[in-house]
Amino acid sequence: MLWETFKLAFQAIQRNPMRSFLTVLGVVIGVAAVIAMVTIGNGSTAQVTADVETFGANRLILSPGQGRMGPGSDASSVKPFTLSDVDKIVDQLSSIEIAVPTSTSQLVAVYGNENYQTSVTGTDSGYLSVADWDLSSGRSFTDSDETGKAVCILGETVVEELFGNANPLGEDIRLENISCEVIGILKAKGASTFGTDQDDLVLIPFKTYTRRIAGSADVSMISLSMRDGVSTDRAVNDVTMLMREIRRIDPGDEDDFTVNTMEQLSSMLTGISDVLTGLLSAVAAVSLLVGGIGIMNIMLVSVTERTREIGIRMAVGAQASQVLLQFLVEAIVLSVLGGAIGIALGMGFAAVGANVLNIPFIPDLGIIALAFAFSAAVGIVFGYFPARAAARLDPIEALRH
Amino acid sequence: MSNDAQPPLIELRDIIRIYGMGEAEVRALDGVDLQIEAGDFVAIMGPSGSGKSTALNVLGCLDRPTSGNYRFHGTEVANLNRDQRALLRRHYLGFVFQGYNLLPRMTALQNVELPLIYKGIGHGERVERALVALKKVGLADRANHDPSELSGGQQQRVAIARALAGDPQVVLADEPTGNLDTKLSVEIMELLHNLNRNDGLTIVMVTHERDMAEYARRLIWMVDGKVESDRLTAKGAA
Ligand SMILES: Nc1ncnc2c1ncn2[C@@H]1O[C@H](COP(=O)(O)OP(=O)(O)O)[C@@H](O)[C@H]1O
Ligand SMILES: [Mg+2]
Repeated sequence: MLWETFKLAFQAIQRNPMRSFLTVLGVVIGVAAVIAMVTIGNGSTAQVTADVETFGANRLILSPGQGRMGPGSDASSVKPFTLSDVDKIVDQLSSIEIAVPTSTSQLVAVYGNENYQTSVTGTDSGYLSVADWDLSSGRSFTDSDETGKAVCILGETVVEELFGNANPLGEDIRLENISCEVIGILKAKGASTFGTDQDDLVLIPFKTYTRRIAGSADVSMISLSMRDGVSTDRAVNDVTMLMREIRRIDPGDEDDFTVNTMEQLSSMLTGISDVLTGLLSAVAAVSLLVGGIGIMNIMLVSVTERTREIGIRMAVGAQASQVLLQFLVEAIVLSVLGGAIGIALGMGFAAVGANVLNIPFIPDLGIIALAFAFSAAVGIVFGYFPARAAARLDPIEALRH
Repeated sequence: MSNDAQPPLIELRDIIRIYGMGEAEVRALDGVDLQIEAGDFVAIMGPSGSGKSTALNVLGCLDRPTSGNYRFHGTEVANLNRDQRALLRRHYLGFVFQGYNLLPRMTALQNVELPLIYKGIGHGERVERALVALKKVGLADRANHDPSELSGGQQQRVAIARALAGDPQVVLADEPTGNLDTKLSVEIMELLHNLNRNDGLTIVMVTHERDMAEYARRLIWMVDGKVESDRLTAKGAA
């Protein structure tokens, strides 16, 4: 009997394919939106996680001033770090394995006739370990380089811009008014989640940077690498206590520096995608509601159109509950079909979107099951009222229709 | 015909059916007493508005009398609720309507299968029984035609096959020839007559044509919601 009911539902839907499709369009859109967003969200979360790993999962960044890194931090009023801070951190904290100073300026790099503006960072050889970064060729800074020699390591983008296919090793490039020899080339890392090109940089020894470019010995940021097995909380706490001591901050006063962890960074990014997911869920909920009302409307029309059929079925012995079930199943089949189309469309969008955004395409079976359940629920909730109207018809009246 | 040990198949006693209330009250049935034995073929005639259809609907448990007793096989059924009446129709009653009332976009066979679906009969047996019913009305070769591809007479025969398919104890027909010309009407009446005579099918039929009523065994004349006369037809008397 139930099988007959399903068959009937499919027949009724087939009879009017265009109308059926338009009826479930709301459900299709709602489900497609959710599926596409969740799938893209999964992909970008995976991308963020992967990025954090390329950035160095054990990495902490110590920056002066309060507030997070990035726009809005007021750099002018903050007290910078010094090289001795860097030494003290490594010497005194067992939780920190490596600490490197970094200071960065945007400068134009010149080679022959080629000019290219890039970010020039003064740091030391430990930077490569902290950032978990290898060289594709050449060598890192030696102790002798770090006394202030004019040498540099180039990111892949800078190599392409200045040298094209030529080998830069041993060549001299000009940064501002200094000329430095290219001694190494970094492996390509690609774009970060923010969309910034991580390979767009030049590294020079820290002392070369302070003496010949910045003109001051200030350290603008310190990159730290935690020792393996040390918890992030402990490392952050150690660094915070030590820096408060070095910078003589009274108990009760706020820190005048910030320790950023990769966890914070990734949770900030996933936070953004959570907000987006929330917004889209709201859109999806509204279109499911509209879709449900669409289904209810068309089912009511259908009950009216098929009044005589209902009368005939009742005359041959259909009970009210069987008529109710027939129309309810029809509404459910309709909305679940809509859900299935929505899932397929959403997957399609997500696949295209993942391709365009250059993130992995990660379908989520749980959310697909949920989408099915939701569309069935829409069918039940909005199909019930028309189905009840059909079941309550008087057989004689219905036959006269 | 009557058998004291067995209650009659159908027994109406003082059936009243009132439509509307107060000033607008219409006594469609105003105290109908009627007995119908199994195997009978009864024609109901009477002026328009005399309550023939109402009587048939009450007999068919599509409608419920306002008061009175209706015993079916000796069981009181006047007070059954909707679902119980549906079950009674499903298992014991078949209907034929003036306007055929076939489902469009379904084949003749599927239409005839309909009562069997609600009887819970599986696909294989259902098709078999529906084909037997179609054969009885002489339309086995039209099983896969849609109603729109059939003539009025053929459609009505499919409707009769549908009424027969569930093996009912009574077939109730409300003006079954009302939409047909004389030639086709005669064909339908001969079919009903044969089903009654050869298969022992009990038939109650409303008609407004004397010639058609003569195919029955018994003729009931209704006026103003009452049975005015109840006699054998020429065929019945023969
Ligand atoms: N649903 C209804 N509501 C109100 N009055 C009705 C309804 N059905 C029938 N009637 C009235 O009941 C009377 C008997 O109707 P009906 O049984 O259809 O007569 P017949 O079939 O003999 O022409 C008529 O006066 C008709 O107007
Ligand atoms: Mg009538």
